[in-house]
Amino acid sequence: MTTAQLEKTEHSVDDFAKAPVNASLTSKQKLGFLRDMLRIRRFEQASLKLYQQGKMGGFLHLYIGQESVAVGTCSLLTPDDHCITAYREHGHAIVMGMTMDECMAELLGKSTGCSKGKGGSMHFFAPDKNFWGGHGIVAGQTPIGLGIAFALKYREIKGCCLTFLGDGAVNQGVFHESLNIAALWGVPVVFIVENNGYSMGTSLARSSSIRSCLAERANAYAMDWDIVNGENLYEVRAKSVEAITRAREESKPTLLEINTYRYYGHSVADANTKKYRKAEEIEFYKQNHDPIRLWEKQLKAEGVADDEKIAAIDHEARQEAARSVQFAEESPFPELQEIFDDVYYEVDQGTEAGHTGRHFFND
Amino acid sequence: MPVITYRQALNAALAEELARDENVVIIGEEVAEYNGAYKITEGLWKKFGSRRVVDTPISEGGFLGLGVGAAMMGLRPVMELMFWSFAYVGFDQIVNNAGCIRYMSGGLINLPLVIRGPANGGTNVGATHSHTPENFLGNTPGLKVVSPATPYDAKGLMKTAIRDNDPVCVMENTLLYGDLGEVPEEEYTIPLGVADVKREGKDISLIGHGRAVITALRAAERLAEEFDISAEVVDLRSIRPLDEETILASVRKTHRAVLVDENKPFCGVSAQIATMIQEYAFDDLDAPVTRVCALDAPAIYSPPLEEHQLPTADRIIEKVLAVC
Ligand SMILES: Cc1ncc(C[n+]2csc(CCOP(=O)(O)OP(=O)(O)O)c2C)c(N)n1
Ligand SMILES: [Mg+2]
Repeated sequence: MTTAQLEKTEHSVDDFAKAPVNASLTSKQKLGFLRDMLRIRRFEQASLKLYQQGKMGGFLHLYIGQESVAVGTCSLLTPDDHCITAYREHGHAIVMGMTMDECMAELLGKSTGCSKGKGGSMHFFAPDKNFWGGHGIVAGQTPIGLGIAFALKYREIKGCCLTFLGDGAVNQGVFHESLNIAALWGVPVVFIVENNGYSMGTSLARSSSIRSCLAERANAYAMDWDIVNGENLYEVRAKSVEAITRAREESKPTLLEINTYRYYGHSVADANTKKYRKAEEIEFYKQNHDPIRLWEKQLKAEGVADDEKIAAIDHEARQEAARSVQFAEESPFPELQEIFDDVYYEVDQGTEAGHTGRHFFND
Repeated sequence: MPVITYRQALNAALAEELARDENVVIIGEEVAEYNGAYKITEGLWKKFGSRRVVDTPISEGGFLGLGVGAAMMGLRPVMELMFWSFAYVGFDQIVNNAGCIRYMSGGLINLPLVIRGPANGGTNVGATHSHTPENFLGNTPGLKVVSPATPYDAKGLMKTAIRDNDPVCVMENTLLYGDLGEVPEEEYTIPLGVADVKREGKDISLIGHGRAVITALRAAERLAEEFDISAEVVDLRSIRPLDEETILASVRKTHRAVLVDENKPFCGVSAQIATMIQEYAFDDLDAPVTRVCALDAPAIYSPPLEEHQLPTADRIIEKVLAVC
């Protein structure tokens, strides 16, 4: 998305603040959104430091700049709703209720990590919190989200599955197949494209053939869609709730495109990060469109928080992140033998099936 | 002789073939303007332009199939997969289309296609990004599979793969991209189906492909120094076609073999080598053929553990000492 386009979609937050889903918010809830956004940012800044110290392997894809999307959308969920996303998932994981400790430990590959050190940065899971990952293959999660929503409908549960993907992921075949099935069968899934303008080093214009936006592709599948300015928490909530309600009440899918921006490279290892976009572009977003700053401004304007209150919340978030680093660093690595745990349920449980025939072929 | 990296060797092979044959076209994610996710195509877009070096959307099924169709028309597409793990999204195009169309057309259609990219674990990127599908691909008659271990082989095999008239899967390794080696300035190619004895020895044959060869060489060095055991290291280089003669000659000389394989053990490449040795060199063996493979579980993330999941020199030495 170009700056000009963003400017065009920018309007006063007031319209969305008046939406019932926002008008009914308490000060405590509004502060809670700030807390969650700050927790995500501080968690990731702490993880970046660990990565730079060489304490982590593989990839680290930071969500910094996009916090309002996960916080705004997931704030609307009930215990009957679910969430699944790609590898840039730390934010979603945290708002869905995963602790910083288990997440940070996972980044360091420790046995106290959410996946016991088996998944790493791209693969956080918390099924008990309705968070289904954390997926590394681009768009691979999109039919899974469809399937989770299918299961809800099958069980006659009034819930939905928020299924997140990137603006680059929209060009995978399985995503299109999923859109068609979702609309054809009336599956209560909400596909949310977090459009941060780039897939690795490729701008949206170089990856997708569109007339005006990605979400309008839903037209091809007779599916409802909407486009959202992601920096505005009220707008994210106001528009998402419509999609979520459509899923819950009518069992119909929606494709939402939420415009947002990532501050860091595709991953921390992205050596080209300053080559495919200008430093001024990043700076412009930080100065004018930072979702946390904007929300802070909003809270101050509403008299919900002052600088002191905001500083206190931020301090807590930083402390929590620092404690999670300590927890992670002090935790043990898994034992070598644990490599073979968690491959097969039947083997792990020691059932008869798990004892019958050979399951592993180490010499 | 100039010493260059495995990455530069691949880059040089691609550049030379682009210059040599107008039909060669490089297609993949981030291969052009970004210079390649792993910089294998660095500078090629600048030199050859957007017609010859083409960035794609993230649509592996679509662009791999496009490569098949373009090859059917006589182009020589070189398709980059950012990771071979992502081939799974487009497996149908590789196995059903690239692998079967020539046969199903009764030989009417040729597929001069290269699919290349890294296929390795060991970089802590988790199970979905660490696959080594050379065994699946080798299991498909119609496809060819090569896996270079050194800069010299990388360049020579890549050039041959591009000139070959069948689909060739080139399995590279991100952990080898920075490795240095001598590569001559003058033009050369390496035929597919010819293994290379990377180290001569008389007591045991260590046989593998890709990075396992480098690990085997390290083990061989230590076996010589610490145990006075002379290990021969045979690098398959090409998995299908397979150079059975070189493997059998080595085993007939040393009478023992340990197969080293970053593939998983079940139906891994080494399983094929083992059955071939017992079938054709049974009487020459003084000990059972054993294997050192990747530990048989999805790739674990935890960095200190993943290090042990792939074959190590220690595990090779242990296996060798058990039969020597
Ligand atoms: C099937 C597949 N192809 C390629 C990749 C490599 N890859 C990982 S993320 C990415 C870019 C995705 O961009 P986008 O969907 O916009 O998400 P963002 O990173 O911006 O959150 C690519 C090419 C992959 N993980 N899986
Ligand atoms: Mg993106």
